[in-house]
Amino acid sequence: MRLGSVRVSSGFVVGAVLTVLFVGAAALSYAWTPWSTEGLSIASRLRPPGGEHWFGTDHFGRDIFSMIMVGARTSITVALVAVAIGAGIGVPLGLAAAAGRGGWLDELVMRFNDLVFAFPALILAILITASLGPGAVNAILAIGIFNIPVFARLTRGAALSLWAREYILAARAAGKGAARISFEHILPNTANLLIVQATIQFSLGILAEVGLSYVGLGAQPPTPSWGRMLAEAQTMIYVAPWFAIFPGLAVALTVLGLNLMGDGLRDALDPRLKGRA
Amino acid sequence: MIAFLARRALALVLTLLAATVAIFLLLEVAPGDPALTMMGMNADPEAVEALRRELGLDAPLVTRYATWVLDMAQGDFGTSYTYKTPVSELVAERLAVSAPLTVYALALSTLIAIPAGVFAASRRGRAGDYAVMGLTQAGIATPNFWFAMLLVILFSTVLQLFSAGGFPGWEAGFWAGIKALTLPAVALALPQASILARVMRSALLDAMGEDWMRTARAKGLSRGQAIRRHALRNALIPVLTIIGMQFSFLMAGAIIIENVFFLPGLGRLVFQGVIQQDLIVVKSVVVLLVFAVVLVTLAVDVAYALVDPRLRERRP
Repeated sequence: MRLGSVRVSSGFVVGAVLTVLFVGAAALSYAWTPWSTEGLSIASRLRPPGGEHWFGTDHFGRDIFSMIMVGARTSITVALVAVAIGAGIGVPLGLAAAAGRGGWLDELVMRFNDLVFAFPALILAILITASLGPGAVNAILAIGIFNIPVFARLTRGAALSLWAREYILAARAAGKGAARISFEHILPNTANLLIVQATIQFSLGILAEVGLSYVGLGAQPPTPSWGRMLAEAQTMIYVAPWFAIFPGLAVALTVLGLNLMGDGLRDALDPRLKGRA
Repeated sequence: MIAFLARRALALVLTLLAATVAIFLLLEVAPGDPALTMMGMNADPEAVEALRRELGLDAPLVTRYATWVLDMAQGDFGTSYTYKTPVSELVAERLAVSAPLTVYALALSTLIAIPAGVFAASRRGRAGDYAVMGLTQAGIATPNFWFAMLLVILFSTVLQLFSAGGFPGWEAGFWAGIKALTLPAVALALPQASILARVMRSALLDAMGEDWMRTARAKGLSRGQAIRRHALRNALIPVLTIIGMQFSFLMAGAIIIENVFFLPGLGRLVFQGVIQQDLIVVKSVVVLLVFAVVLVTLAVDVAYALVDPRLRERRP
């Protein structure tokens, strides 16, 4: 399949469709949901899926389809801001480390990376939310901090190989400083890699947010979130299995969409890697 | 080799020290007062103050940090505020669940992923390859605790083969313990096996494209023989790295999975510690987890250096 002048795989198209669907549902939920997600209706609690409630209702009688739409907001916002934090701090750090290769800043950035990577991913998030208290904002911080070394390491690695190129030498001969070269020449040339990594971290961020809110450390009630829906559903898994199935399906499809899109982007931007992991 | 080992060991100690500082600072700025938690909200302020002194909470930050680290270095991990037992005993007890769970999941993941990856690579571009790649995409996208719930719906509600959670203890017998850990281990293994199968596939495809594979075929080996004797061995190097890294993911994943299945493991201990503000438990267990992760990373590095001398040199 072609998209403008770029060949894209069918996986990319499926991924992009899924992503647009969920981001669209999240955006739409601000204006419209099939049912209101506020207020309780005990009379219609735990209805199985059907014509009236497409995905059934939960233990408070709320429409699960509508809750999933609103929950998409939380997960997408948390993951997106966490990626912005990670890239916003990690990329400049990586550029600076590569520009001053072997210097104290480089050493500091690498040791910071080692430190963060020494923590099992979720443990760090749990520590941070334990310290700052549960909530969506702290979940963003917890996930964002983990994203910093990911972007720093990637940028540094890519930038190091670029610094050896001839056009960088030419820029230096023209009298440009390290900071200007980093932003004018190195950064644009690492953009492909960074976009692909951002997609991956976005999908990992959604999984992390869902995990954190599942254990009660993410968004707090009454903000609807996929993770908390799953936690509540677990206690009534025998009477209302649909309550557990649909929110999980929403998470899996969103993450799948982002991953397919990321793989497709990588293949389209760098055909040499086509068909790899 | 000795210089390499010394350098890596020093890096390990430094990382571990930095991690203790990070953990300590993170938790010391935590709102909430352990003494108040232990005595209850309505406690007499003087009694709370006395307990704070007894717990050493009134000392300056640096003193408390130094005491904590020095005590740990001597094997004293402190005493839990809520359980009133030494943390080391709690950890030993919980490790009897978490360690077998992690090993079980790692074994499952490896046993599924390596054949799946080899299968996909040997049928590159055909239906079998697409099937494996599609399944692994789904496996990566599925939150493991949701997969765990689906397993519970299927195997404990519909088929009634396994119980939905809990752990009978190893006293109930080896097989009873293994049975209780089976669904959790399968749930933990799914995303890891998916990642590993993809790594195995691409590593094998890389190896199959090498010149020495053509040499192997030219000297008369069949395609299967060449893959088994040459490509597979070379492809296992990146696979080993990922298996080492997965140890850390499995430990963290176990925190959530142990909560799904009500398993009395380390993850559940940390999580309850967070909720009950039992900070000494959280601090000590997290340090142990970090220690385990850096140790495994070191072990993988050393294993490589033994196999491949080029890796002993300092990396750029």
